[in-house]
Amino acid sequence: MAQKKLSIRIDGQLISAEEGQTILQAAKANGKYIPTLCALDGLTPVGACRVCLVEVSGVDRLFPACTTPIQDGMSVTTNSPRLTRYRRISVELLLIERNHVCAVCVSNGHCELQSMATAFGINTVEFAYNYPKLSLDTSHPRFVLDHNRCILCTRCVRVCAELEGAHVWDLTSRGIHARIVSEMNEKWGQATSCTSCGKCVQACPTGALAEKGWAVEEMVKNLGTVTTLVHRRGVEV
Amino acid sequence: MKRITIEPVSRIEGHGKITIQLDDKGHVAGTEFHVTQIRGFEKFTEGRPYYEMPGITARICGICPISHLLASSKACDAIMAVRIPPAARKLRELVHCAQIVQSHALSFFYLAAPDLLLGMDSDPATRNVMGVIAQHPELARDGIELRKFGLQVVEVLAHERVHPSWIVPGGVATPLGVQARDRMLSELQPAKAIAERTIKFFKGALDNYKEEISVFGSFPTMYAGLVDGKGNLRLYDGSLRFRSATGEIVEDQIAAEDYKQWIGEASLRESYLKAPFFKPQGFPGGVYRVGPLGRLNAADRCGTPAADAEFREFHERFGVVAHSAFLYHYARLVEIIYALERIEVLLNDPNILDTHVRATAGVNALEGVGMIEAPRGTLIHHYKVNEEGAITWANLIVATGHNNLAIGRSVQQVSEHYIDGTKLTEGMLNHVSAVVRAYDPCLSCSTHADGSPAMTIQLLDVEGELLDEVSN
Ligand code: FES
Repeated sequence: MAQKKLSIRIDGQLISAEEGQTILQAAKANGKYIPTLCALDGLTPVGACRVCLVEVSGVDRLFPACTTPIQDGMSVTTNSPRLTRYRRISVELLLIERNHVCAVCVSNGHCELQSMATAFGINTVEFAYNYPKLSLDTSHPRFVLDHNRCILCTRCVRVCAELEGAHVWDLTSRGIHARIVSEMNEKWGQATSCTSCGKCVQACPTGALAEKGWAVEEMVKNLGTVTTLVHRRGVEV
Repeated sequence: MKRITIEPVSRIEGHGKITIQLDDKGHVAGTEFHVTQIRGFEKFTEGRPYYEMPGITARICGICPISHLLASSKACDAIMAVRIPPAARKLRELVHCAQIVQSHALSFFYLAAPDLLLGMDSDPATRNVMGVIAQHPELARDGIELRKFGLQVVEVLAHERVHPSWIVPGGVATPLGVQARDRMLSELQPAKAIAERTIKFFKGALDNYKEEISVFGSFPTMYAGLVDGKGNLRLYDGSLRFRSATGEIVEDQIAAEDYKQWIGEASLRESYLKAPFFKPQGFPGGVYRVGPLGRLNAADRCGTPAADAEFREFHERFGVVAHSAFLYHYARLVEIIYALERIEVLLNDPNILDTHVRATAGVNALEGVGMIEAPRGTLIHHYKVNEEGAITWANLIVATGHNNLAIGRSVQQVSEHYIDGTKLTEGMLNHVSAVVRAYDPCLSCSTHADGSPAMTIQLLDVEGELLDEVSN
């Protein structure tokens, strides 16, 4: 079924996009890059990380590109000193909230948070580290959850619910106390709904969810398996 | 009563402090060697998956991270209850020998040479590696080359010089390629030539150090080190042996997992560094020394031809058991020769290129101990885990710890010999620091570096009033 076409401008360039698309989708379809962390192709966007912030002319506040639907005549700016500053702050806040010690992390060198920080030139943060005392869930025979490295992007929650259909993961509590939980706050190893498919591990952008047994730097995520499945699901039959 | 403080002690790895208590007449009444900071690795690793331990504990030290990676991985091998592939065992020994070469070269050429070549009383402004380069350029160049060789072998094998993630539980991450092997072999001969030149030079100069040899921590103690079943020196594997001050083997073939039966750990009031002691003789009587001197005293021989010749000469000169801490420098040079010979043997081993280099397994034992000979002595990592593989308890005995009691006694001996009266000279102070340096202690392994590298010594009266101060 053909979608209604809308005209928008991205960084001054006139673009024809489909109604219902988000700014991020329209930008991507036209080869425009907007940094993202929590968004993952094919999963419902939630706007959790705020690195995809963009400017919409005529409105003073910033919008997350991943959740904001386009409107006819909208003019979007994807790059400006202000955006760089806010995106940088978003990443810095993620870094200070928990304990991200890249040097000893299984995902060192293969981490989306780390590469985002590198891309923004963050080598020090301007806020005080929070250093919370957080636990690990090592109860699953094949995988491990380390809350220290979790950025609450909820990709695991969504990939499990929307793609695997198991809905093992959820969020509990609010704000700084928010945590990823498996089943009804059971240990992961006891979660009977978990199929051990590992999609959550592959979808996780950091070392928060990892396969057991890998040493420092060895946990290379295979996001391809997840996105391929997403696209396959999208094929109409 | 007056008190002298040397803080920090310079040209050692990490930071320490010495206090010297003088009596009313200005004679040394007592000394203390302090390790002043705490790291807490044993505590904050609780809850981490065991297989992360090599990567985490390697961060204890930037000089000998390979030692921690190896001891930790061996403890993890024990938790997995695997026998690692033969090629992995050889590659681990290979990278370890390379580390011994670079670490010993650092200690000898960069840290000790300024005292040995320029004189303990020479101008502190130039009594450093730059001074050595100015006055003994060939020797300085040799030192740099030798250290470079060791570091390059580490880099070729492990892809990174410091904190590589190549040594993993179950073996190593990647096999060795033909080209990399041949490259290392081609660079080996110049390194061996340097080692031979240096030890010849050092032996020729030994007569200049008669006084130091007789008062630098020269007292009878036991010695400990890893040996194989035949009494050959071992660095990566082998079992622990204790030899008495008079040369008898007190205890032999102690397996890693039995270390607690023989080694007790005492906490000292004045230091964050625990003081291990030989259990059957109690604390503080059970003093023993580890490291290059400990190993050459504990073993019957090295097991490689050139090092064995040096080993025999060493003991002909200084007896079956050599007691002076000054001889650590000498022993270090013998060990460089040994490590280079082992590197050659291992590189020429046909199985070194095998591609099966990693065993995999889950948690098959709830406890594991890894023991190796780090450059500075026996290093023990001991972990307990739950069924899920999370660390529930960890104990690390770092090489320098074993020597803690002996360093304390050596400081006392040197202070008594060189320090008298209430007026200090910089040279006096440097003699005291130099004996600590002879042990090449790695206080980073239990402390964080702090502040400036300057060394100050203070004379304080009973009320804490400053009487005199010397610093560099
Ligand atoms: S990607 Fe849009 S908020 Fe995270």
